Formats: sequence, C-alpha cells, structure tokens
Amino acid sequence: MTDPVPSGPEADAEFITALQDKTVTAAPSSQWRDVWHQFRRHKGAMFGGAFLMFVTLGVLFGPYIWTIDAQALDIRNRDMRPIWVALWDSTAKTGWHRPLGTDNLGRDILATIIAGGRVSMAVGWAAMLLALVIGTLIGVLSGYFRRLDFWLMRFTDLVLSLPILPLVLLAVTLFRQPLTSTFGGPEAGMFVLIVGVIGLTNWMPTARIVRGDILALKEREFILAARSIGTSSGAIIRRHLLPNVISPVVVSATLGLATAIITESALSFLGVGFPSDFPTWGKLLSDAVPRMQDYPERVMLPGIMISLTVLSVNYLGDGLRDALDPRIRGR
Amino acid sequence: MLTYTIRRLLLSIPTLLFISLVIFGLLQLAPGDPMAQVPLTVPPEVKEKMRQALGLGEAWYIQYWKWLVQFFWIEPQVLIDHWFGTSFSEGKQRVISWQTRSPVMDIVVQRLPQTLWVVGLAYVVGILIALPIGIYSAYRHYSIFDQTGTFITMIGFSIPPFFTGPLLIVIFSVSLGWLPSIYDTTHVVNDWASFKIQFQQMIMPVMVLALQTTAQISRYMRGAMLDNLNQDYVRTARAKGLKESVVVMVHVVRNSMIPVVTVIALGVPAIFGGAIITENVFKVNGIGQLLLTWLYANDLPGVMTLTFIFAILIVLFNLIADVLYGVLDPRIRYD
Repeated sequence: MTDPVPSGPEADAEFITALQDKTVTAAPSSQWRDVWHQFRRHKGAMFGGAFLMFVTLGVLFGPYIWTIDAQALDIRNRDMRPIWVALWDSTAKTGWHRPLGTDNLGRDILATIIAGGRVSMAVGWAAMLLALVIGTLIGVLSGYFRRLDFWLMRFTDLVLSLPILPLVLLAVTLFRQPLTSTFGGPEAGMFVLIVGVIGLTNWMPTARIVRGDILALKEREFILAARSIGTSSGAIIRRHLLPNVISPVVVSATLGLATAIITESALSFLGVGFPSDFPTWGKLLSDAVPRMQDYPERVMLPGIMISLTVLSVNYLGDGLRDALDPRIRGR
Repeated sequence: MLTYTIRRLLLSIPTLLFISLVIFGLLQLAPGDPMAQVPLTVPPEVKEKMRQALGLGEAWYIQYWKWLVQFFWIEPQVLIDHWFGTSFSEGKQRVISWQTRSPVMDIVVQRLPQTLWVVGLAYVVGILIALPIGIYSAYRHYSIFDQTGTFITMIGFSIPPFFTGPLLIVIFSVSLGWLPSIYDTTHVVNDWASFKIQFQQMIMPVMVLALQTTAQISRYMRGAMLDNLNQDYVRTARAKGLKESVVVMVHVVRNSMIPVVTVIALGVPAIFGGAIITENVFKVNGIGQLLLTWLYANDLPGVMTLTFIFAILIVLFNLIADVLYGVLDPRIRYD
C-alpha cells in the first residue's frame, strides 16, 4: 500500500534541499501590516470603517461647509420637502437652497441632521471611551491581583443583573434638574448625565473579556521574566499586559459605540434625552413621528443615519475581530 | 445539579437585595418632589401632613425596610388570598401607587397580559424564524443564502426598534392601510372576525420585536452550527451511512442547540426592556408603558416596584440559563 521510497542520487539531493533553510523571499511584515491586510479583505468592514469615518468627519466639519445655522428659524420657508420630491410632484415646495427640506419651524433639515449627528456621535464616542476605561481598569485589576478578583467579579455580576434600560430611564429623568444647574446649561448637564449613565452601565463585557485575557497572559514566561528582573506591577501592566489586550478591547469598543448610539437615541426618542431645541438623531426622529404621514422623510433621514452608523460600526467590529485574531489572519 | 440550583437560588437573594437597594438609593437621591403637583394654595402644614401620609417623613432605612416587608411579605399574602380565598392580608398596608392611590401590584397585574402577549409571541416568532435561517446558512456556508442571511440579520441587529416601528406604521398603516397603527387593548376576541382584528393589530409590534430576536439568535445558531459541523462525530455519523437530514437535524442541531438555548433564556429580560420602546411606539398599554407613565408622574413606589420586577426577571432567567446549560450539556459539572 505504501508508496515506493525513491532512491538514487537525485532523490538524495531532493531530500537535502527539503531539509535546508528556505531563504526569505518576501520582506518581513509587521503585525499591524498583517492586521491591515486581513482587515482589507473584509468588504463589509471596509465599507463600515469608511462610512464611520465619513460620518465622523461630516459632523465635525459639516457645519463649516453647510453654514446654515441649525437653530435659525425661517418661517416663510417652513415645511419644505426634500429636493427629490420634485421628481414626481412638481407642485411640492422644494428648493436647492434647502436640499433636504425644512421642518415645521423652517429649520434646515440638513443642518439639523449634521448638528444632531454631532451630539449623537459625541455621546457615542465619549460614553464608549468611559465604558472602555472603567471596563479595562476593572478587568486588569481583577485579572492581575488575585485578592481583588473575587469581589470585583461578584460586583460585575451584580451590575450585569441590573435592569439597564429602566435604570437608565430612571437616572436620566430624576437627575435632569440638579445636573442642569451644576453644569450651567441643560445641554452640558444632559451630556454629562447621558454619557455617565451609558458609560457606567456598559463596562461589564469589556471587564470580563480583559480579565480573562489577563488571567491567561500573566502565567506566560515573558511576564515571569519581567518580574524576575524586578519590574513593578504597575510597569508590568503598562508595558507588557495592556499592549497584549488591545485587540479584545478594540473589538468591544466597537460594540460599545453601537450600544451607546442606540441607547442615546432611544432615550431621546422616549423624550427623556436632550432638550428639544438641541437636536440629536433620536430626538429628530421622535419629533417627526406625529407628522410622519405628511413628511415621512423627517423620520426616515435621522432613522437611516442612526441605522447606517450602527450597521457600519457593527461591520467594523466584525472585520476587526477577524483581523485581530491571529488564528484567522493569513488564511 | 439540584444542590447547584439551590445554591444559586440562595445566592440570588443577596443579589436581589443589592439591586433593590441600588434602585431605592437612586430614587432617594433623586430630587423630585411628589408634592410638586399640589396647588400652592394648600398651606405648608397640610402639605407636611400629606408628606407624612405618604411615608416620606421617615428615615430612608425605615422606608426601605417597609417597602421590603410590603413587597416580599404582604404582596405574596395578597396573592395567596386571591387564589385560595383566605384572609392573611386583611388590613395590612400594601405598596400603594402615589399617582392612582391603588395598590401597585393590582395595576401591574392588569397591564401584564398585554405585555406578555406581545413580547412572548414576538419572542416565539423570532426564535421560530431564526433557527431555520441559522441552521441553513451554516449548512450552506458562504452560499448566496448565507451571505444574504448574514447581511439581513446584521441589518436587523443594527436598526433600532424606534425606527422600524414608525417605518412599518408609515408603510402598512398610512400608505397601504392594511394594519392598525395603535394596539387596542380593550378589544375582546370572541369570534373569527374579532380574532382577525386582534391578529392584524398584533402583527406589527410582534414583528418589530421579533426582528431583534431573529437577528441575534440566528447569528448564534449559525456560529454554533459552524463549530459543530466540522467535528469528528459528524464525519463518523456520515461514515456509518446515516442520511444527511438525520446527520444535520438530529446530531448537529441537537449539539448546537446547547449554547443557543442559554442565549434564548438570557435574552428574555432584554426583550422586556425592548418592549418599553415598542409599547411606546404602538401605544400598547403594557408594563413598559406603565413604567414610563409612572416615571413622568414621579410615582416612586410604582417605579421602584416595577423596576424591581424587571430585575427579578433578569436574575431568574440568568439562573434558568445556567441550570439549563448544566442539564443539557453533560460535560458541564458545577459541583
């Protein structure tokens, strides 16, 4: 059954070449170039990353390009339809100076969407960063220091069993007044409150993932080596552990961003978010719902923006997870 | 397994106490004044008496203790009285809503069926749609069906219910006029025609909630199937000549269901949370809508009790998920 073993001088030469070290043909590639290479193959993630960058840049620099003030009332031009309505309805009130139309007070919808996106994205990024910092801190402490582990993980379990949406609703409704007066203005107070509440209720998944990774990492030889030359715990965590948990943290960051944007929009939709003269995507959507029969685009536009942003963030997370996983990478 | 269940049950008592303390603390720290709606012409001493009558004059720990006693000791007695016609709870103080001045649990019990119908049905429908999608897209990995399925579930995952709700209303109620946009809870089903109306008004809220469930569970099902399809036991099953349908539907699906069942159990509390928004969109007067009403009315006992009920749901279903995992998977040993 077995194949005949080749013999003779040419076969020997073949064996010898097989045993020799291969010369490196390609230039060595760094870890991050590999990651980028794998990431580029995930089309959804590329699209997601590009769209997220587009939205972020758009809401950052949009007000400098589209200079109409989102708050400016223009009662003569109120209730205008978006420009594409003119395609099938020539009597509709449209105009190129208001490409997406105006609302019932004559505010330009493109400008309000940009302004609303600014707030929604700011809340999303800030809440995600807060959750990330808390989660990583608790995860690292819990994974590295055995004495803290039990209590911190019990605490994480307890927080995980809190009813998040009711509690967030509760906190936002009840603490609206005092924070508004503390931070000098309803917008600033509400921003701090919503970011704080979302951040404080979303750190648990990150903490668990980071703890698991740290537990595995700290038994490895390079940590032992670091400890044997007298590196302090703080330096081990900063120099050796944190760089190695970057990948799971980045992946959970994308999920956190999506959750934060959705939660903020949900709060605004339920009417407990930002004040009504301060547009966010969720607020614009909920304000438009009563008149959506006549002006469906006012519901659709903010809704599509929320959905597309969250979709792109989710795809980005998918792609990053594949790209940062060394078992999948390079296949 | 039994000892594990009992241990978890005992452990859930301090968890629930901690959660109730957190909710109570949050409500205590909040600056809302339940007397804010009382007219200014009412003299301050009368206002003070009204405050006392609501139990607001006491220290916080007495208020907390009284709430605990009312919720854990007196309300179960009321329930027993209701079932067996006894009179344990005669003359005892129940948790009273400040807004309606009637017992909180009575209102919750009135509202619960609407929520359970919509949420429960949505969950079942969502699971029934999700499982075949997950199974088939894993079996035909990287096929057109798999690609579209993954894309659609990703969309369902990303579109929030407060957008799908109005979207469906615009399409099916406003443009097409097929379905009612408001859920009528007073509707009584007694014949075929009224059943049809009930069915029509349930479609949209159920589908909005089911979309979220479907997206999540079909992703898990697909992942679990993919993990199992390449296992050695699948090759063995094929090698001994089993039919492909038996291999997939019996061997692989049963093993893949283990993590999915726990995900299903863990998702139940989340869908109750999601129902808060869906109920608000479709005007279903369930407990989610009740929570919002009480929150706006500053009705602290009502909010406290209702939020705590949500917490009980979470703790209970976490426990069910863990126990189910142990029961279904003989490799898991908790003892």
